Amino acid sequence: MTYDSDLLIIGGGLNGPAMALAAAHAGLSATVIDAQPAAGLLRDDFDGRAYALALSSVRMLRALGLWDELAQHAQPMLEIKVSDGRAGEGPLMPFFLHFDHGEIEEGPMGHMMEDRFLRRALNAAMQKSGAITVLNGETVTEQNTTSGHAEVTLASGRQLRARLLVGADGRKSGTASRAGIGRIGWDYGQTALVCAIQHDLPHNGVAHQFFMPPGPLAILPLPGNRSSIVWSETHETAQRFMGLDDAAFLQMLRPRFGDFLGDISLAGQRFSYPLGLTVAKAFAAANLALVGDAAHGMHPIAGQGLNAGLRDVAALAHVLRDARHCGEDIGSIAVLERYQQWRRFDTATLSLTTDLTNKLFSNDNPLLRAVRGIGMGAVNALPALRRGLMREAAGLTGDLPALMRG
Amino acid sequence: MQTAQSTVDPAEVAKFEAMAAEWWDPKGKFKPLHMLNPCRLSYITRQIAAEFNRDLQQDLPFQGLRLLDIGCGGGLLAEPMARLGATVVGADAAERNIPVARVHAQQSGLEIDYRHTTAEALAAAGEQFDVVLNMEVVEHVADPLAYLTACQQLLKPGGLMVCSTINRNAKSFAMAIIGAEYVMRWLPKGTHEWNKFITPDELFDLIRNAGLAPVDRKGFVFNPITWQWALSDRDLSVNYVTASIKEAPTA
Repeated sequence: MTYDSDLLIIGGGLNGPAMALAAAHAGLSATVIDAQPAAGLLRDDFDGRAYALALSSVRMLRALGLWDELAQHAQPMLEIKVSDGRAGEGPLMPFFLHFDHGEIEEGPMGHMMEDRFLRRALNAAMQKSGAITVLNGETVTEQNTTSGHAEVTLASGRQLRARLLVGADGRKSGTASRAGIGRIGWDYGQTALVCAIQHDLPHNGVAHQFFMPPGPLAILPLPGNRSSIVWSETHETAQRFMGLDDAAFLQMLRPRFGDFLGDISLAGQRFSYPLGLTVAKAFAAANLALVGDAAHGMHPIAGQGLNAGLRDVAALAHVLRDARHCGEDIGSIAVLERYQQWRRFDTATLSLTTDLTNKLFSNDNPLLRAVRGIGMGAVNALPALRRGLMREAAGLTGDLPALMRG
Repeated sequence: MQTAQSTVDPAEVAKFEAMAAEWWDPKGKFKPLHMLNPCRLSYITRQIAAEFNRDLQQDLPFQGLRLLDIGCGGGLLAEPMARLGATVVGADAAERNIPVARVHAQQSGLEIDYRHTTAEALAAAGEQFDVVLNMEVVEHVADPLAYLTACQQLLKPGGLMVCSTINRNAKSFAMAIIGAEYVMRWLPKGTHEWNKFITPDELFDLIRNAGLAPVDRKGFVFNPITWQWALSDRDLSVNYVTASIKEAPTA
């Protein structure tokens, strides 16, 4: 049997390229198939999208040889402040959580990174690797993983065969649905508004998360006097705000934001993402594995979406590397079941925690507000608990895949 | 007009394919072997790599090595060894396993020489190997010393034998027979006879008497929390594995 490559990865966003690079690092070859034309992926103007990379994700990017290039564009998150707020009252309430990176030895809890830099670094590394082929502007029309290997037919008519098909094609994963893997999940009734802003005063590397009754507002520091905003509102309100022009949009944002960073203006475009939990009923089958949102799309409340996806990638690469060293068939269910077991537990914990956090905080009930205040005060008073939460947010808890051990 | 008759009976092939599927189903009849397999493979591959100075990062690291898998069953060890580049002979005393293993190797695109034979018969025929895998067999044979002597004869000077078995004590009785055969029903009742189990010291003595030099032993320990097997330097109380060398004669 001849194979075009060991892995066939569907989806060229962030997890797909990361999977290809992690596979190459493990001595395996990969073909990445992406519907987008190549030009769109390499745009270098700032479009307003950015990610909070947990320390574990940074370690992984370093292990894959990308961090030297990326570090110059990264904004370390030195402190995280979490507070309970109500629109119009300003963000600084008496009770808030304060996480300072000086309290854990591992350093900053994470780094903010703009989408354009991450995307370009991943693509440049794929171009450089002799083990990776990228096919842009291609979609899968047919797939078969039932005959002991993975075969796909592309819209161009081209046929490819590999040992393992990896679905990195997002919340509505076609790879999962073609394989007959169902999904469970629910809608949160919220839409996230995402944009970047320019502000007069420096942020000093502090990230803020305000829990407002309609949904959380995160202000995450970017290099310079800029911050990334993730602002959740009910679907109706979000739709209304997206319809506003930039000036009117800022008028709505200002009272929620407060004035601690001085005057604000928009930098880049505005995006909106309806929020919901979606989990695939299986993360793996014979000759098939799902990573990132294709396996589990969660509420981005703690910025854990990309980090959880990279953790899938690192865990799958770890399992495949060990299997390769042992001479096992990397597409066999015996091997892929190890990946599924490893990730399903972590994912269930994280999805439930973020879901409950959101339900607890997106509520204006005075009793719940009091409970939240006491809870936050308790976390502040207990350094061990605080350090535990910081390590969790930094992705340093649980059984770490080799690429994330640093 | 008469057409040429194929000697292959399609019904037989279908039967063997079904049996192969059963052997290779990680949740099926051979589940305990599948659960133990990553741990066994990890030990075997590292011992071979160390003894023959091979780099597991490379493709086909075991190229050029001739390997015998005794008691090959459906090929759970033989196939990975062939995938790593070894020239593999799989031997099984149970005739029914041979066509099953062959069918699966073909499905996997691997070339493996499966034979219905025994270690003693291969030794008598003068066959020689760099590596002999002797996994979970010695506790089933009538005369362990005669059997291990045949294994010794099968090795080239400088060759490596990996041998795993089950310890004999109250814990192994509880785990391997009551646990695996009666409670979990992982294995058919009567798979093991406890009095045939061998302690690590007894096995090392047998190996030495057979003319081999033991170089390493480790335990396979089952963790009921993670539901996985792991290698242990200290705990050889139930399942354990050993590596021995046939020393090259000194000039």
